[in-house]
Amino acid sequence: MKQIKLTVNRKSYELSVQPWRTLLEIIREELRLNGTKEGCGIGECGACTVIMDGKTVNSCLVLAVEADGKEVTTIEGLADGDKLHTVQEAFVENGGLQCGFCTPGMIMSAKVLLDENSSPTEEEIRRAIAGNFCRCTGYTKIIESIKAAAQK
Amino acid sequence: MSEFSVIGKRLPRVDARVKVTGEAKYAGDFELPGMLWGKLLGSPYAHARIVNIDTSRAEKLPGVQAIITGKDFGGYTLQYRFYAKDIPPLAADKVRHYAEPVAAVAATDEDIAEEATELIKVDYEELPGVFEPEEAMQDRAPQIAGEFKNNICVDYHWDFGDVQKGFDESYLVREDRFRTGRVTVGFLEPPAIMANYDPSGAITVWAAKAAPYSLYYSLADCFGLPWNKVRVIQPFIGGCFGGAKNMGDPLDFCAVMLSKKAGRPVKIVYTQEEVLTACSRRHPAIIDIKTGVKRDGSLSAIQIGVISDAGAYHYLSVTAMYLMGGLTTLPYKLPHYKYDGYAVLTNNPTSTAMRGFGVNHTRYAAEIQLEMLAEELGIDPVEIRLKNAIENPRPGSSYETINKVVVKSCGAIEAIEKVAASPLWKQRAEKEKEGSISRGTGLACGVFETAQKPGGWHQSCAAIVRVCEDGTINLLTGASDAGQGSDVVLCQITAEELGVALEDIDIKRVDTAYTPCDAGTWGSRVTFLAGLATQAAAADAKQQLVIVAAEKWGVKTEDIEIKDRKVSVKSDPKKSMPFFSLVRWACYSTPGAVIIGTGYSGHEPADCDFDTGVGNDGCAYSFAAQAAKVEVDMETGQIRCTDTTIAQDCGRALNPMSVEGQYQGGSTQGIGQVLYDEFIMDRGKTLNPTFLDYKLCRSTDVPDNKVMIVEAIDPGGPFGAKEASEATTVSAPPAVVSAIHDATGIWFKELPVTPEKMVKALKSKGNKD
Repeated sequence: MKQIKLTVNRKSYELSVQPWRTLLEIIREELRLNGTKEGCGIGECGACTVIMDGKTVNSCLVLAVEADGKEVTTIEGLADGDKLHTVQEAFVENGGLQCGFCTPGMIMSAKVLLDENSSPTEEEIRRAIAGNFCRCTGYTKIIESIKAAAQK
Repeated sequence: MSEFSVIGKRLPRVDARVKVTGEAKYAGDFELPGMLWGKLLGSPYAHARIVNIDTSRAEKLPGVQAIITGKDFGGYTLQYRFYAKDIPPLAADKVRHYAEPVAAVAATDEDIAEEATELIKVDYEELPGVFEPEEAMQDRAPQIAGEFKNNICVDYHWDFGDVQKGFDESYLVREDRFRTGRVTVGFLEPPAIMANYDPSGAITVWAAKAAPYSLYYSLADCFGLPWNKVRVIQPFIGGCFGGAKNMGDPLDFCAVMLSKKAGRPVKIVYTQEEVLTACSRRHPAIIDIKTGVKRDGSLSAIQIGVISDAGAYHYLSVTAMYLMGGLTTLPYKLPHYKYDGYAVLTNNPTSTAMRGFGVNHTRYAAEIQLEMLAEELGIDPVEIRLKNAIENPRPGSSYETINKVVVKSCGAIEAIEKVAASPLWKQRAEKEKEGSISRGTGLACGVFETAQKPGGWHQSCAAIVRVCEDGTINLLTGASDAGQGSDVVLCQITAEELGVALEDIDIKRVDTAYTPCDAGTWGSRVTFLAGLATQAAAADAKQQLVIVAAEKWGVKTEDIEIKDRKVSVKSDPKKSMPFFSLVRWACYSTPGAVIIGTGYSGHEPADCDFDTGVGNDGCAYSFAAQAAKVEVDMETGQIRCTDTTIAQDCGRALNPMSVEGQYQGGSTQGIGQVLYDEFIMDRGKTLNPTFLDYKLCRSTDVPDNKVMIVEAIDPGGPFGAKEASEATTVSAPPAVVSAIHDATGIWFKELPVTPEKMVKALKSKGNKD
């Protein structure tokens, strides 16, 4: 077992983890933050996207031990109490989700894009979420939601 | 000004907030104390007899709590209506497809469960396998199931009118063979279940199932329990579209059986690799089609022969084969029609329903063949469609096809005209050639049924509207929102009918212990049938309140109006009170009034005979037209769909924002079928069972699109609504294939159209020119 210290959604945790466990597994099973999903387990679908030290990562490809000393944000960390984050609100208002399974990962990718680039072009939006697979929406309303969030 | 307060408004989905915050729980997110993890062991052979299973080494692995094999199920097989009953939860005597489950383990963690499956020793006697349906039909082919000679599990032969006469009277006749490919259903959330078997004789499961009542019947059947002891609780579902998350799948039965054996709750979650290797996928089909047209382009006769790959089990191929043939008589007027459809067993994974079920294959073939004929005749593709399209019947009347499909509302012509008038279509001649890129635009129509009526099952939907004493509402229904957006629409219907606001309505996920039944989310039935049930239940609750108001004010019930949360007397509007005041008055001032409205969708049972192809399988029909523009790189063969314009008739758009999203999603899946989706198989084994190698449409692939809603109000639907998106999904493949032809001069009769196929075809064309 390895000891790791990390911050998740502004809370500090000290955990004992087996070296082969992934960040996704400990987020879901140890911290019981189930908003982050496993879609494929091999880093191809983006459903497990979280933010680690400011950058999006596929948490199914990050070993828990790699997150030692890092700051992680999951979907649960975006809203401020009852107040939704601008990106979350934009998705709700613009129909940017249907089944919702890709949504947490999609929103994390959108948030980081807008943190780095407050007025992205459509091409930049498409590229930013190219690692987040969605089967329901055909992406159009997701792109529109991100544009709307950028304008707020 | 709109006649409605809530219907027809662009409203956010009622479950959007919990989904964007991560609060929404899906099946894999549940846990119970003492929970075990389950894992299935699949067969390494596509066709083999199971000689022996030795679980002794696995049993000794610390952490293993229970192991089951096919024998544990005592011969139980999954029932599909009254047509088929052949899929076992775990194969008992033989396996019929690669990775078919043969055993399952429950252990204290997922890794131990997986390790244990590797310690189970299964002795197989490999049998010769067959992987192409045309081969499987031959006498020399291995017999997969004892009951089906030549592996033919479905064969329909329908004959309407006189096709020979129709062809004799035709000016031009074409015969072509088309093939559709091997395509996954593609839901992102893998099937998952948490099951608890109570030794007193009761089952509770949290399962990602879009037809929870179907699983409920199946579990009761499998475990010999009365239905009231089976409880299926439905979490949020990460997409369904047909497939393994509709009816019972092996993991569902195994989780319950393992729980029974271990005495603890068991959770099983498939990996995406298991899904892409073993789970059911869309039927591939070979379509031999012959179309005859008159000189002016009007359709004279169509003859279709379909051979589809049913995969390893009979399952629901009857419905597939009905749908492949049954709606060919739409969206155009057709006087003569002959259909011969075969579903053939092979040792591939079982084929299943998927968006645009059945119609997807033959509509692609029929649309492209019609385009080929139009080209030869020199008739514009829009003109030929307008010439043949069924007109919207006047209110009170209907159009009946030669196979007695009754259409009461049809927006086909309006959809075609809207697309034809769009900038994308109008600018199609401006085909810029840019270096090696050639651009082209194509158009096609689609059709689908609304509210499929299943034979042999409870087809009704029911709803309960409970009015709380403060005027807020609980809506309970067995109808499942798998992501398609039925929850918001049902809440809108409730709010509209009762005269209150959308935010006053709360809908809970399906729980068979509390929600009244519904057959499931398939056949585009939910908005229509659950909508009607909800409308009836809301009207019932409203009437109970109206009676109280009428008595209070001494007027007739017809004189009471409830709108926008206000109750008033129509003839004397000064007499009014807020809705919640009326509710409180009703509940507290009259003897024990509890306001609960109930309703069910009262539709006639199915009158469709699959053997003859006669009758209605659906309650209504939807129509779409789609134009697509593609860019083809004439050197590399790569194709990109850059633009689409979609118009679909959905009866009435109860929530236009949601309807648009459905059209966009459906179109994208259809485009994927042409350009991306493809299972590469090697004798039954899927060689690309990951998203790395099975290509799906990404955000960088999806075209710019314009969606238009057509409303041909249906007399039978709730507020006139019909299905929203399957017709669009059906129209997408032929639109893209037509666009590819416009760009390259090549008709692709086999899907998908890969860069390799394009390069070969361009070379071949180059050699001929």
